[in-house]
Amino acid sequence: MIRRGGFMLFLTLLALLPLFSSYYITMGSYIGLYSIVSLGLVLLTGVARLTSFGQAAFMGVAAYTTAILTVKFGCSPWLTLLIAMALTTAIAFLLGAITLRMGGHYLPLATIAWGISLYFLFGTVPALGGSTGISDVSALTFFGRELRDEKLFYYLIWIVCLATLWVSTNLLDSREGRAIRALRGGVSMVESFGASGHRLKNIVFIYSALLACLAGWLYAHMMRFVNPSPFGLSQGIEFLFMIVIGGPFSLWGAIAGAAVITLLKTLLQGILPKLISQTGNFEIIVFGIMTVMVLQWLKGGIWSLVEHRLPPKPAKPVNDTSSLAQRVQPARRESLLKVDGVTKAYGGLLAVKKMSFELSAGEIVGLIGPNGAGKSTMFNLISGELPLTSGKIHFGTENISSLRSPQIARRGLSRTFQHVRLIPGMTVLENVMIGSYLRTRDGLLAAGLRLNQATENQVRAEAARQLRRVGLADSMLIHAGNLSLGKQRIVEIARALCADPLLLLLDEPAAGLRYLEKQELATLLSELREQGLSVLIVEHDMEFLMNLVDRIVVMEFGEKLAEGLPCDIRSNPAVLEAYLGGV
Amino acid sequence: MTQRLLTVRDLNVRYGKVEAVYKASLTVDRGTIVSVIGPNGAGKSTLLNAIMGVQPSRGCVEFCGSDIGRVSIERRVAMGLCLVPETRELFAQMTVEDNLELGAFTCHRRGDKGIRENMKGVYSLFPRLEQRRTQFAGSLSGGERQMLALGRALMSRPTLLMLDEPSLGLAPLIVKEILHTISDLRSTGVSILLIEQNARAALQISDYGYVLENGEIALEGASADLAGNPRVIESYLGMGGV
Amino acid sequence: MDLQTVLILAQDGLTNGAIYLLLAVALILVFGVTRIVLIPQGEFVSYGALTLASLQLGVMPGTVWLLLIMASIAAVMETFRLVSSEAVRQLPVTLATILIPPAAIALLAKMCIPLHLALGWQVLLTMLIVTPIGPLVYRVAFRPLADATVLVLLIAAVAVHFVLVGLGLLFFGAEGVRTPPFSDAHLTLGTLSVSGQSLWVYAASFILISLLAWFFSRTLYGKALRAVAFNRNGARLVGISPHLAGTYSFALAAAIGCLSGVMIAPITTVYYDSGFLIGLKGFIGAIVGGMASYPIAAAGALMVGILESYSSFWLSGYKDVIVFAAIIPILLWRSLMSVHYEEEE
Repeated sequence: MIRRGGFMLFLTLLALLPLFSSYYITMGSYIGLYSIVSLGLVLLTGVARLTSFGQAAFMGVAAYTTAILTVKFGCSPWLTLLIAMALTTAIAFLLGAITLRMGGHYLPLATIAWGISLYFLFGTVPALGGSTGISDVSALTFFGRELRDEKLFYYLIWIVCLATLWVSTNLLDSREGRAIRALRGGVSMVESFGASGHRLKNIVFIYSALLACLAGWLYAHMMRFVNPSPFGLSQGIEFLFMIVIGGPFSLWGAIAGAAVITLLKTLLQGILPKLISQTGNFEIIVFGIMTVMVLQWLKGGIWSLVEHRLPPKPAKPVNDTSSLAQRVQPARRESLLKVDGVTKAYGGLLAVKKMSFELSAGEIVGLIGPNGAGKSTMFNLISGELPLTSGKIHFGTENISSLRSPQIARRGLSRTFQHVRLIPGMTVLENVMIGSYLRTRDGLLAAGLRLNQATENQVRAEAARQLRRVGLADSMLIHAGNLSLGKQRIVEIARALCADPLLLLLDEPAAGLRYLEKQELATLLSELREQGLSVLIVEHDMEFLMNLVDRIVVMEFGEKLAEGLPCDIRSNPAVLEAYLGGV
Repeated sequence: MTQRLLTVRDLNVRYGKVEAVYKASLTVDRGTIVSVIGPNGAGKSTLLNAIMGVQPSRGCVEFCGSDIGRVSIERRVAMGLCLVPETRELFAQMTVEDNLELGAFTCHRRGDKGIRENMKGVYSLFPRLEQRRTQFAGSLSGGERQMLALGRALMSRPTLLMLDEPSLGLAPLIVKEILHTISDLRSTGVSILLIEQNARAALQISDYGYVLENGEIALEGASADLAGNPRVIESYLGMGGV
Repeated sequence: MDLQTVLILAQDGLTNGAIYLLLAVALILVFGVTRIVLIPQGEFVSYGALTLASLQLGVMPGTVWLLLIMASIAAVMETFRLVSSEAVRQLPVTLATILIPPAAIALLAKMCIPLHLALGWQVLLTMLIVTPIGPLVYRVAFRPLADATVLVLLIAAVAVHFVLVGLGLLFFGAEGVRTPPFSDAHLTLGTLSVSGQSLWVYAASFILISLLAWFFSRTLYGKALRAVAFNRNGARLVGISPHLAGTYSFALAAAIGCLSGVMIAPITTVYYDSGFLIGLKGFIGAIVGGMASYPIAAAGALMVGILESYSSFWLSGYKDVIVFAAIIPILLWRSLMSVHYEEEE
């Protein structure tokens, strides 16, 4: 209720603002425009943990595109919007494609350089009007009527701003959006469910660039004039300050930040020259200091102060049944995984040497060995996180040796992580929903326009079904970070199950669990086997495996030491030696 | 009379909501080797990291009679506490000799002049390091890396050396060599807190042992007693029947 | 274009390139040791040039006030930190080490200004004033963020850049400065005349790089800085404090920046905000080296200088456009070279 009430109050305020004075209209329009840019930057910085200093340059691309095409070629502004968006997409795609595979600081550095480049280009190229710019940009027309009134333009800006807020909210709450939010848990986690981390990052960057482009286009038609100065690097940096100060983890933080910085800037530009008796943009000192202080003391920005006081968002209803298509599990005894002479070398060091073993459908196989034996490397070779040096791995009848993890995930292999990789700030249900990434096809457009609700309901129901299956139906709406380690591991299993796997790979699922938790986990895994699922467990704890698995493969120093039934392994002297050691 | 070197009382370490170490208490006397054994994920490394200050913890850690709970890692090193972590944390792109020299960083800051001699001592302990002194640490074999890690730690002239799985990933013969060296160190006046999966070996070279299970101390006693205790073999070695 | 022009342009390019090289080295050092992308590096360049110009005019440079203000803020922060961690006993010594050197430097500056010292002494005084600003910036802005991600540190670095540029305008005004060259001599090699200032720049860069090479490969503190860059955890475990390393690397960065500013001021007019672009050109060099390799970065920085020099001849208006757009092919090259890796937080 408070949330809805607050929102209504905000809307009323927005609607009434222009009635006061034209000063408010100008301020309001700027805040709206900057909010649009900041929304994109929140997605980029707060959600995807990337950043850009070039958002103002993207605004500039759109503003100059529309200015030139409308003034010199008489194009319709609506056509130039499309052209500007195409141009922005191309530039953002290029910048993303060459920087996003490298460390996270390369994208911002590239945006600094390209922002500066573009700024100088605007100011130098005669056809772009040099530093004087281009005037008489044509007005927007709606059904033949020109939009010249600043009050109407104010409303247009805010309609666009609220629409982008709505679209952004929807995007975050969709299949791709969840995967983007899950990037925090590491690219390898997201990729183990079939998403491409690189593609997701690129999507966010392009989306944020498009929002800046939209704002730039609006700006050009609002001012009816463009020159280089509003699109320089300083403005790009100011956008970043807006979201850091406003709150980088919430879409509302973008609007709060845009408002605070815009109002403060006007205020400071009035006061500071009197204090300092010098002219110059001294407000940047204040903004810089504020940003450093917020980073040091208030990581969530101003909006986090508001957010803490708001009641939690109501949970969405969960359907009882899901009708997502399920794979047919292969017949028992059919060969499902075949590891054949696999070797992994790091320089001269052989982490895995000529390992061979098999797993048949409906089996639980344990891969054990002392610490440092190469179990985890073997695991990552199967899941495709590491490339093999030599040898073959077959999944079913297909050779998967050269495939990467998203492709292997697509073929029905699903995994958990030794160090639990859940997103602590998302609910258990949402975390499990990440697992279903490959089972639905909803694209970004459908997600943004909320046309994905039917499949979303199905995915939610499926995630809930998996949580019931593992016995965590009660914890569905709790934040994942609030669960005990034992439960977190089981949530990871539910997430893996939500991908509807043929083979489940578990990486040390019992490590750090208490005795009772281990027993519960073992019971759960035997139940899953009865339902026809095949499981490969990499584990150190032999006791945990003894009464659970069908067969055990023992590794030591990267090689297979023994293989057989649990009771035989237990009495194998070589295994005892490896485990207990001896001097 | 024996002298207390390290006293840990009711140490708790949490990762988020997860309690990794719960009310752990242990002591190390001067001139002794104490081992902590337990299954994977029991919290052994976390315990050492907390004592070193790498991991924030609650509880009381006293070293040489003073509470070091709020002391920085660097100060702890200067006080004579030294950790060789499971991951070794060598400077792979630097030479063996540079690694050893940096081991003596705190001694150097104190104005200690005996660094060269100290290095000679390390070389006589591990002659293989001297042969490889100009090689990059990253090019060493697993056993040599462990020797370098130990050597680097000894360069700081520690009073208490904490070793996290020194036998990890090493071939049996090298394990033997390393453990032998560790037990010899006692005679040079260094006390050792040892974490091992290789339980038999650990109990053989140590004087006193603790068994850590699920973040709690489950058993403790003289190493010889622990080695013969059927519960140790049964439960934590992971070989017992249910 | 005749050979003469080619050589003159190459000479100009190398002169600027040598400056970018020094800056690139400082940037890589700071990034390696602290994971901070030191965007404000260029401000030390401006501060160096502007401080020297003020000293030559016989005016108290604004940077002295900045030094005193920063030291006071650092003192307040340190007091809070020590009181809250119940280590009040360390307070007097800590405060003394923070406050006394800046105060002494300010006093020295006050005494020296009326004496109209020779250029060499003024340069030394400039270095004394600007260098301590580096560690203070680290102490005030970055040390509380020591555990933050590269991204957060980068945003903080940009914020610090804004603050320092704004303060530069506040203390020095919008006027540009140009200081007299270190030497009016010209060296004539056949048809080519090399200016004395260029020779100074080459010589100083060469000496500085040699000194740095010696420092990093022969001294324990140099090795310690490298060790922190290679392996932070390992460094802590041998007792090298990351804060100490951060302080040292910022001092080096500020000193290198300041010296670059002093050397470039006779060649080009320096304004309060000129340093930023100069620093960014150093960045392009550092990026060529992947923010990690000193020799490749050095080659990259010289290349940037030469590219800039030739493009200013052919397309003077587009000089900066070309130099900064060059980052796109460089990044493409690096991206193709780099193996896919994952950044964990």
